[in-house]
Amino acid sequence: MSGKTLYDKIWEAHLVQRREDGTSLIYIDRHLIHEVTSPQAFEGLRLAGRKPWRADANYATPDHNIPTTRDERAQGLEGIKDPVSKIQVSTLDDNCREFNIFELGMNDLRQGIVHVVGPEQGITLPGMTIVCGDSHTSTHGALGALAHGIGTSEVEHVLATQCLMQKKMKNMLVRVDGQLRTGVTAKDIVLAIIGRIGTAGGTGYTIEFGGEAIRNLSVEGRMTVCNMAIEAGARAGLVAVDQTTLDYIEGRPFAPKGAMWDEAAAAWSQLVSDEDAQWDAVVELDAADIEPQVTWGTSPEMVASVNGTIPDPSQEKDETKRQNIEQALKYMGLQGGTAIRDIKLDCVFIGSCTNSRIEDLREAAKVVAGKRKADSVELALVVPGSGLVKQQAEAEGLDKIFEAAGLEWREPGCSMCLAMNADQLGAGKHCASTSNRNFEGRQGFGGRTHLVSPAMAAAAAVHGHFVDVRDLG
Amino acid sequence: MKKFNQETGIVLPLDRANVDTDFIIPKQFLKSIKRSGFGVNLFDEHRYLDKGEPDADNSKRPLNPDFVLNQPRYAGASVLLARDNFGCGSSREHAPWALDDYGFRAILAPSYADIFFNNCFKNGLLPIVLPRDVIDALFDEVEANPGYSLTIDLPAQEIRKPDGTVLNFEVDSFRKQCLVEGLDDIGITLQDSDKIREFESQWRTTAPWYFTTP
Ligand code: SF4
Repeated sequence: MSGKTLYDKIWEAHLVQRREDGTSLIYIDRHLIHEVTSPQAFEGLRLAGRKPWRADANYATPDHNIPTTRDERAQGLEGIKDPVSKIQVSTLDDNCREFNIFELGMNDLRQGIVHVVGPEQGITLPGMTIVCGDSHTSTHGALGALAHGIGTSEVEHVLATQCLMQKKMKNMLVRVDGQLRTGVTAKDIVLAIIGRIGTAGGTGYTIEFGGEAIRNLSVEGRMTVCNMAIEAGARAGLVAVDQTTLDYIEGRPFAPKGAMWDEAAAAWSQLVSDEDAQWDAVVELDAADIEPQVTWGTSPEMVASVNGTIPDPSQEKDETKRQNIEQALKYMGLQGGTAIRDIKLDCVFIGSCTNSRIEDLREAAKVVAGKRKADSVELALVVPGSGLVKQQAEAEGLDKIFEAAGLEWREPGCSMCLAMNADQLGAGKHCASTSNRNFEGRQGFGGRTHLVSPAMAAAAAVHGHFVDVRDLG
Repeated sequence: MKKFNQETGIVLPLDRANVDTDFIIPKQFLKSIKRSGFGVNLFDEHRYLDKGEPDADNSKRPLNPDFVLNQPRYAGASVLLARDNFGCGSSREHAPWALDDYGFRAILAPSYADIFFNNCFKNGLLPIVLPRDVIDALFDEVEANPGYSLTIDLPAQEIRKPDGTVLNFEVDSFRKQCLVEGLDDIGITLQDSDKIREFESQWRTTAPWYFTTP
């Protein structure tokens, strides 16, 4: 018998029932909730006269709609100008109250983007199954948890039954061997992976990220990688548990303590794929080959090295690909053959569940320290992922560094990652963004997004166009 | 859930790969706490020339005449013909809600993003996977024949073309049963409540650290 992957192990441990055609019920340990994808699910429960199966397995926080300026935030719910957004946030509060669900409300210091808050609080633990009505739930896989995004019907299903109905995915291993070069980060790794396998490359798989370069990442960096597993088409990403994982979790508010910690840590240490595990697909990258990445198009797979050029559609032989490139360049207002460094920027956004943790902010601050943003950059936002990240950053004086450089320091939330609140990218504007999606209109109607690492975004803020962070010395 | 047995309808071709959920329904419409009414904002950024807002009067907005949905020959379409990786991006179920609300009942594409694919089945919408060359041929036929329609027969797993030829398709048996009978997933799962309870009590013993609250 061949060995098992980490995914196989977590799946099997949670299997409640398997039907003949493979449709299975798997038990869900944690369900994370935010305001956008939950109201219809709670309404469904109410209409059917159902109650949550296990209220204490649910954790909620509002993040997508909430304002990020200090003044608006200080006013609480009243600070949300858009009446529709306000209803959505207050509906979450009401639902949590009615169904007895733990919520970190918008003015709780611990509030933040749900995927930043879960790991930070120790709500996310290794070996768990975690779901949330949000595709970037894959982030939590960085701690060795099986975490998927689900739709609203499934949110209701999990609330009502504590189970998810699913078929098992296939196993993909993405191994990044060797060592990253200085200035190259987790974000560049994952963009390079997506550039290699494409946005549908991981469809139908759970991707485990392994290899020396992944093991050398902090848990924050691993979260950046797993966060974008969905951008490679995979519903879940995973990193095996090691000492780095355990060190990260120990002492977090919701993590087990004392004797139970010892037992749990011993069990979690087993959460690795077996040496002889069977993979349905294996992709290998050499970390030393990865350069800082910049997306130039309207899909995360449209990515190049900062020292590269935008592809020339006339050179593309595949008809469909050529059309895709043409469509993307038309939307982006860019010419094929242009050097990535020559892309001019109007905006910079540092934030989102991909890159808004303390380590990300430190990297960005290092680049802008003692410098000024370019005059051509109209708006540069730095949005911490949670209230606790914000507090830590302020304790380290990072807010002052950003403000001295002309960047705005905001309150935690999703902000301009998807622009459901007032933080919107203007039509035709180019934005260097540390978020995860560069789809048409993602950061605002007509806005043009370039996905990069925090250090690259910060360098772009200073120079007004892309530069290789490694040249800054 | 709405049942799906047979559907005959005009086919609307959306000739574009990697159509993401922002394309299907832009984020400003996600602020609604309802499940219905998203049809008028389906493909909003391409269908209209201005920016849509949740409370706008859509009947007054300028239409984009070049967008396929606005071409009279496809009026009343209920079958969407699409390209690879349809529905990629966010998990928003507003995407299938908008397609359903507009009047689509089935989608034909070479591949879909996982979460979207799954969300369709929960809403009585049938996403069918067909080989790329079959999809290519359908695009040509739709283009060449105004009023082109298909009959999709789920129980028989057949698509009948106007010329009488038949295409077969695969669908997972459990999902098919749910669609044909209009079964509600939660109801089905709750029939196994005892099994869930049994699993839960055993799991509480094996992994008590997942059940603590501080
Ligand atoms: S930060 Fe962006 S990607 Fe992450 S949960 Fe919020 S909106 Fe989604």
